[in-house]
Order: sequence, then structure tokens, then C-alpha cells
Amino acid sequence: MSEQLRFTKEHEWILVKGDVVRIGISDYAQSELGDIVFVDLPSVGDHVEEGEGFAALESVKAVSDVYSPVAGEIAAVNEELEDSPELVNESPMDAGWIVEIKVDGVVQLDDLMNKEEYEAFLKEV
Amino acid sequence: MRYLPLTQEEREEMLQSLGIEKIEDLFTAIPEEMRLDSDLNLPPPLSEAELVRHFADLAAKNKDLKSTVSFMGAGAYDHLIPSIIKHIVGRGEFLTAYTPYQPEITQGVLQSIFEYQTLICELTGMEASNASMYDGASALAEAALMACAATRRELVVLPESLHPEWRDVVQLYLESQDVSIAYLPYDEATGIVDAKAFEEISWSEAACVVVQQPNFFGLLENVALFKQTAKDNGALLVMAVDPISLSLLKSPGELGADIAVGDGQSLGNAMGFGGPSLGFFATSSTKLIRRMPGRVVGETVDSEGTRGFVLTLQTREQHIRREKATSNICSNQALNALISTIYLSVMGKEGFKDVGFQCLQKANYMKQRLLEIDGLSSPFSAPSFREFVIRGAVDWEEVNKGLLEHGFMGGLPLARFGLPEYALFSVTEARTKEEIDSFVNTLRGLIS
Amino acid sequence: MTERRLVPLIFERSTPGRRGYRLPELDVPEVPVAELIPEEFLREEAPALPEVSELEVVRHYTQLSRLNHGVDVGFYPLGSCTMKYNPRVHEDVTGMPGFAAIHPYQPEETVQGAMELMYNLGEYLATISGLHATTLQPAAGAHGELTGLLVIKAYHKKRGEDHRREMIIPDSAHGTNPASCAMVGYKVIEVPSDERGGVNVEALRGLVGPNTAGLMLTNPNTLGLFDENICEIAKIVHDAGGLLYYDGANANAIMGIARPGDMGFDVVHFNLHKTFSTPHGGGGPGAGPIVVCKDLAQFLPGPVVKKDGDKYRFVMPENSIGRVGSFYGNFLVYAKAYAYIRSHGPEGLREVSETAVLHANYMMNKLKDIYHLPYDRTCMHEFVLSGSWQKDENGVRTLDIAKRLLDHGYHAPTVYFPMVVDEAIMIEPTETEPKSTLDEFIEVMRQIAEEAKENPELLKTAPHTTPLKRLDEARAARQPVLRWEKPE
Repeated sequence: MSEQLRFTKEHEWILVKGDVVRIGISDYAQSELGDIVFVDLPSVGDHVEEGEGFAALESVKAVSDVYSPVAGEIAAVNEELEDSPELVNESPMDAGWIVEIKVDGVVQLDDLMNKEEYEAFLKEV
Repeated sequence: MRYLPLTQEEREEMLQSLGIEKIEDLFTAIPEEMRLDSDLNLPPPLSEAELVRHFADLAAKNKDLKSTVSFMGAGAYDHLIPSIIKHIVGRGEFLTAYTPYQPEITQGVLQSIFEYQTLICELTGMEASNASMYDGASALAEAALMACAATRRELVVLPESLHPEWRDVVQLYLESQDVSIAYLPYDEATGIVDAKAFEEISWSEAACVVVQQPNFFGLLENVALFKQTAKDNGALLVMAVDPISLSLLKSPGELGADIAVGDGQSLGNAMGFGGPSLGFFATSSTKLIRRMPGRVVGETVDSEGTRGFVLTLQTREQHIRREKATSNICSNQALNALISTIYLSVMGKEGFKDVGFQCLQKANYMKQRLLEIDGLSSPFSAPSFREFVIRGAVDWEEVNKGLLEHGFMGGLPLARFGLPEYALFSVTEARTKEEIDSFVNTLRGLIS
Repeated sequence: MTERRLVPLIFERSTPGRRGYRLPELDVPEVPVAELIPEEFLREEAPALPEVSELEVVRHYTQLSRLNHGVDVGFYPLGSCTMKYNPRVHEDVTGMPGFAAIHPYQPEETVQGAMELMYNLGEYLATISGLHATTLQPAAGAHGELTGLLVIKAYHKKRGEDHRREMIIPDSAHGTNPASCAMVGYKVIEVPSDERGGVNVEALRGLVGPNTAGLMLTNPNTLGLFDENICEIAKIVHDAGGLLYYDGANANAIMGIARPGDMGFDVVHFNLHKTFSTPHGGGGPGAGPIVVCKDLAQFLPGPVVKKDGDKYRFVMPENSIGRVGSFYGNFLVYAKAYAYIRSHGPEGLREVSETAVLHANYMMNKLKDIYHLPYDRTCMHEFVLSGSWQKDENGVRTLDIAKRLLDHGYHAPTVYFPMVVDEAIMIEPTETEPKSTLDEFIEVMRQIAEEAKENPELLKTAPHTTPLKRLDEARAARQPVLRWEKPE
């Protein structure tokens, strides 16, 4: 099963594996936020709508919502983040993943950017 | 003006550097028709000496508790206040500081708040305390709202034995967020809430149940009953506690409370016609800490590894999260929290225990002496701490007028709260046997 | 790792068995505790309070105080906080037993002096604001906001318009404004600022409607600018059926010069711990009384003081929202504000505001060539610079500039607020500082701008001369340690 990596304009990344997507934030996003001190995670089983903020990343003096590009059910959360929120800073694309969502219906990737497109997008920001 | 240092020359110099002729030129952004063309209608200025005289004149129209012996409590208590408190909190470094936004130059306030938080945790048996709230009543209101947010439920269960003014405050806060309230009546013989009262409530909807310990009448509630019901129904237990009583009584932590709040006036704060006091607010679990209202101080290190303290978990607060904040509170009662910190430190482990012990003994002594008077009785049977209710077929307001002539401030007539014939007495460690005996004799003379 | 400590905690000074205060011996016959309170109510272990002598307590807190900056120690240009001098005589007069030692439930005839003070203070605040009736119960500015919004809500409800639950707030507003709205179940509608830093009037016109409860505005606003369009703003909101709320955080600019009531505001709160000089005590207590127009007086929380001939009595307003706190609010705090008003009189208060505004403009004018001034117009009692030039050209942030100021014995200005200004530096000098202090501060700010160019590292690692160096706030938030634990 092939994996596809996509990015949103809000700087989340989405790794698609069949009908499950793993979501995190990009390296650019983590550097903009600064030291993450707390990750407010949803509960497994919660349902999220497309475009809904489902988690919040807290730095010392800011809070940033993480938005879902898909609708579905929270299938897993990265519990490591409860004790080690700094993983989002240290390994945003890997160990700092935030949730996995089991998508309702078929995953729509048309509106999302691939890696090259995202890098081009960052240059404009 | 007394506090304005600017000389006429300096003023001219400043105006000149701005390229304007007169100060009015700085106010042109204010539409002409809105600018006042005459002075405010206020009394003329007083010199320092005149101000002191004026205040002394006003003060003379009040009967203060230095010249009167008081047995009035009901939320504001006449405890002994160690002399060092006013000297320490009068220091300008504490008194004239703002909120500690720059930790490198405000460790004094930050560390004292950290000590305060620790002391509140020791008293309440809770995991974490915030840096203070306005008063006990608003702290309780915020606790109820926090319970709603934590449980995602919208019903709060309040005992009718709660201080009536606290009930008013909680009710206002809750109604303004469309939270429902259910009441637990107290038993008229014991004065506390009993098991029967719990039957009528739809517990599955309850975010929390509140219990005040001791309750408004000074009586000890059966907290285990509240805890069991809360636990069985997934609701939180919120305890409103008197801090002095915690020298003797089981802590909210031991009783399984999720949130403990109270009013800290009795911990070294002047009565001051009711304010400023402080509310304390503490909670039991790490999960709940992030839902707490108000400021919190945490420990950390500086860039050279020296221990220091900072405001922390600020993302809960209004200046960051705005309408999604856990509360709108910003200024709290920091100086009163400092007072209570010094009070608890200088009283210390033994001294504090002694305060509670003496309150208990003296209140009991006075209650027994009052019950010797014909026509007076004890309407409630539950055990009490520091305060107790006496019943008698007399007009307590009138009785109190008579007592005042003898230099006594009597108990609080509860007619104002719908209980004619009842009066609530408070006896602290500050009262002496002689005062109590003399009061009892005077009262006997007045009502027989 | 053994950490170094500046001052031990009071708990770390504890010695078992030591005592700091003794009560008189118990003089009534002692009854065993268990006979008075059944065992199951009693705690087994007394709270682990410190065991220290009185001298140790005095030294401990004296040492702590010396680590702290206050107005009494040095310049405190913390924007939006009005850190003016707090007259010491106010501590004396409010410490008189006739005020400090009276019980809130004493019979009214025994507290006529206190009630007279409350009544007159309410009248004075009404005069200063150009409005009608006052409550002194709110304990702080945010508490005043909550109270004011509850009054507005009660007004709409009584008129059968409980659906009006949208409150319009400028994007430059204090965080308490939207947070207070949430406390009363109001939806926050944000109105953008225009290019002059005021409310964008056209945008406002598009935002009001049948659900508008009102508008909350600070004027002068958080940029230190007076909103010139206030008449039009008031008209738009009133025409839509809404009410105007005045956040009085910045009232130090307008005392005796203009009145919120005359500008069309219906509700005002004052921060007595700012404008009226009551000391802020390291974060409180404050006092946040609100004053309202005639139509709203019936909804105020109570009790309020009424005057009957020469007698004062407590009454609940006819359609009172109830109570927002215990008793009558922070009495000993607002009694100091009363003293402040009596000390100044009408001319004095006007001179306070005039001087505060003059000081701010003087400083702004002397700093705007080296720090970016995003809104270059006459300011009121404070002004907002931006550290954006230093950020872009020297890689130095506003935070670094703020920290460097600490090395010079100043408290830093308010930074990163309002959010509409990038790298904001909000400076409020107040009227009580001598010109020499203003000049020295200007000089230091210029020097720091030079340092940013020549030695940016010096700023990035500042402060250097304070008791502690920069603190690790991320560590404090990641693994919160919120209390001292006895070492095992």
C-alpha cells in the first residue's frame, strides 16, 4: 500500500495510508511556534469535521489549533506527546506526529499540496 | 499639585520640544464639543494634614472592633493578626509592584506566591493552587464553572446550607452561562444536608456537587455523603472550606474533593468592612490544573541554572486565549495572598493548630454559657466549629442595640436571611473568657 | 543536579519545634476535642506549615522584597497599567481602625462614616465619568467588565431582546474584553482597526444588527490614541439598539478633560489601581467599580448606598442582577481612591491627565526617530513603538530590548501588546515621574538601539545585572512544578 504525503496551507502534513491519515505539523510550523510546552489532544473515538480544530499546540505564550483536512474518527493519538511535547519541535515529521484519523468515505487530496508544491508555497509566505 | 513634580519651566521646555504652545493642543483628537469647558464638580483639594483629619472624622462615625468586643462572623472573622504583617506588606517593593511580568526583577512576588501555593496545598491536601481569586464567593462560582467545563455537563448542585451571599454570587455566574442549579435542603433538626436531600436530583446531569465545610451555620457537613454521590455519578466534588478549620478538620484532599476553594480573610487579613480579602482555589489532579482560572506560578531555572519562579501555564488565561480563556480574571488579590503567606509562616505548624483549637474551645464554652440563659436554645444538633446558631424568641436586632451600649457587637441576626429568632455567633481565639462571661451576663440582663 | 538558589523557600528554613507566634494561654475550661468533634471529622496530621521564628520570617520576606521592583524602587513605564506614585498617606488613613476593623454586617448606624465614603465616592466617579449611578462591588477591572456586561444583558432581557448576544470588540482590545464576553455567554464580533489606529467605522456599520448587544471600547485605545470618530461610533451602535461599554483602563488620559458619558458611553468601569493610584500589590487587590447611565441604574449589583437626609442606608436596586462578590467589594482599596480624589480636587485631576499626556508625547517625540512608530500622531497618556526596525536590521527582538532595560534599573514597558502592532513596545510614563527620569530613560532607549546595531548579543543575553538571568519558561510549562515538596 503506497503512502502519500500532503501539506495544507495551515502547515499541517497528512500521511495517507489507505483510509487512515496521520497528521502532524511541518518543520516550518514548529519553528514559527517556538517551544511547544503542551499538546491538547482529542480522545480516540471523537469525530472531527473537515476544517475543524481537533487539537491545540501550546507554546509559552501562544496557542495554535491544528485543523483537520478530512472528516473522520480519531483512530489514534500520539500519547508520547503528553509527557514529551517537545517531540513536535524535535521531530515534527516523525516522532512528533499528533493523531491518526480514520476517514469517512474516500480521502480527497485534490486541494492539498505535495512536498514540492508546499516548499514553493513556503517561499511565498 | 502635591504629587506632580513638573515645574513650570520644564513644562514650557516640553511643550517647546513638541512644537506646541499649550497643553490643550495635545487634546485636539477629542472632538471639541466633548471637551469639558469647566471643572468637574468635585470638592476642592485637601492637604495631607486635612486629608488625615477628614478620614479621622469619617472613622469616628464608625464603631470599630478595637473599641467593641465582637461575636460577629458569617464570612468575616475577628482573628488575631500578627504585628509583622503590616510591616512586611508595607514595603514598597511588594506594595507598589504590578503583576510579575518580568521574572528577573520580580522574584520577590513570584517566590512568595509559590510559597502561598504550597501552603494552600498543605491546608487543602490538593495538588495545585492558583495565585488567588477575588474572594471565596467568586472562587466558588469559578469552581462550579470549571466543573461544568471539565465534565461537559450543565447542572450544579448547591446546598442550601451555603452562605447565602455566596449562593447569590454563584447563581449569578452560573445563570449568565445558562447553567442550571439544583438545591439540597438542609435538615431542620441537624442543620446539615442529609441523605434524603439527595434523592430529588437528576445526578446524571450534574457537573458537580458543592459542600461548604463548616457550613454557613458553623456546622460540620457529612462530606462522605457528597463524595459518594459525586463519585457514583461522574460528578466532581467541590468543597468550600474555612481555612482556619483546616488546622483540625480533614482536608478536602482526604475527603476526595476535586476542587477546594475558600475565603482567606481569616488568615491575617483585616476585616476592612468586608474587603479586600482573597479567594483561594486549588485542585486535585494534573488534568484539572489546565482548566484552573487565574494566575499560577511555577518553578524553573535561569540560564545559569539558578532556581527561579515564573508565571506559567499562561495559555489558560485571557491575555492569550481571549474568549476561550478559562476565566476573565486578570488582577487577583496578590497582596492579600502575601499576607496569608506571612500569617501561616509565622503562626507555623503549632501556632496554627492552636488557633483552631482555641476557636473550638472558646466557641463551645460560650455556646454552653448562652444555653444556660432561659429562653435560648440550640436549634441544630450537628457538631460545630467556631460558629453556632442560637435560637430565642427575641428581636435580635433590638438586643444587639442594647449590647452595643455595653460595648459588645452581638451575633448576626439571621432574620435577614429568612430565619427570625435565629442568631449566628462567632467566637475566635481573640476573645477572652472575661469578655465571653461579661457578654453572657449582659445578654441575660437584656433578654430576661 | 544541585540547583543554586537565590533565597531559600520559607519551608527550607524550617526547624522542627520552632515557633514564631504564641497565642495567649487558653483561659476557658478545656474539653477534649473528640467530645466536641467526632473523630471521623479530624485530620490525623496537622498541615506541614513552616516552623520558623518571627525574625526568620521578617528576614525572609525582607530578602524577597529586595528581589522585587516596584514604583517605589524605580521607573515602571508598563503601558496600560498606569504605574504612578502611590501616596503613603493613603495607607495610614485607610489603616485607621474605623475603616480597617469594621465588620461588613455591623448595623448601619455603626458604620455611617464608611457608608458616607462609599456614597460620596460613587458620586465622584459618576461626576468624573459623566454617568449616573455607581457600584463599588467589582474587585478588579475584569470583574467590572463582567458586571457591566451582566447589566447590559439584563437591560436587553427586560426589553424582551434577550437575543442580543453579540458584542463588538476592536482587534486592539485587552484580552479581558473577549474573555468577559465569554463569561456572560456573548459572542465576540471583532471589528478591525483603521489606518489611524481607531475603529474602522465602515466595518462597524456592517457588523451591527438586530443581535448586537453593544460595543466595548477603550478610549484612548490600547495604542494610546483617542478615537476621533467616537460620536459616529456611538451613533451607529445606539441606532442598532446596542449599548456602549467603556473600558476605563486608560482613563488616566481624560480626567477632567472629557467624560465617557458625554461621548455616548452607557457603562464605564474604572481601574482604581491604575487611574486612582491604589497600589497594585504585586498583582492585586484592585478595584473595578462601574458607573452606568440612568436607564441602567436599576440593574446594578447591590447593595448600593442611598442617602436619606443625613443618613446612609444599603439598598438593592430595583431590578438588580444580584451580587458579583462578597459584601461591598474591596473597601480598603477604593477608600484609597477616595483619598486620591479628595487630595487632588477637580483642578488636580485635570492636571494629572494633562501631565500624563504631555509626558507621553514628549517621550514619543524623542524616540520615534530610532524606534518605529506605527501610528505617528499625537498620543494620549501612552504610546506604542515597534521593535520591527531592530528585528529586521539587527536580528534583535522586542523581548531583548525589554530585558536590556532591566539592566538599567527600569521595569520594562508592556511588550507584544496590542497585537495589531508587530514587536510592540507600549510605554506609559505617568504624570508623577520627574522630567529627569524621562530624559534618562530616553537616553537609555537610544543607547540600547545603538547596542542593537553594534553588539546584538549583549541584548539577546540580557539581563546581566539582575538577581536572576533569563528564565526558562518552556521548562516551567512543560513539567509544571507548582508547589514545594519536602525532599525524601
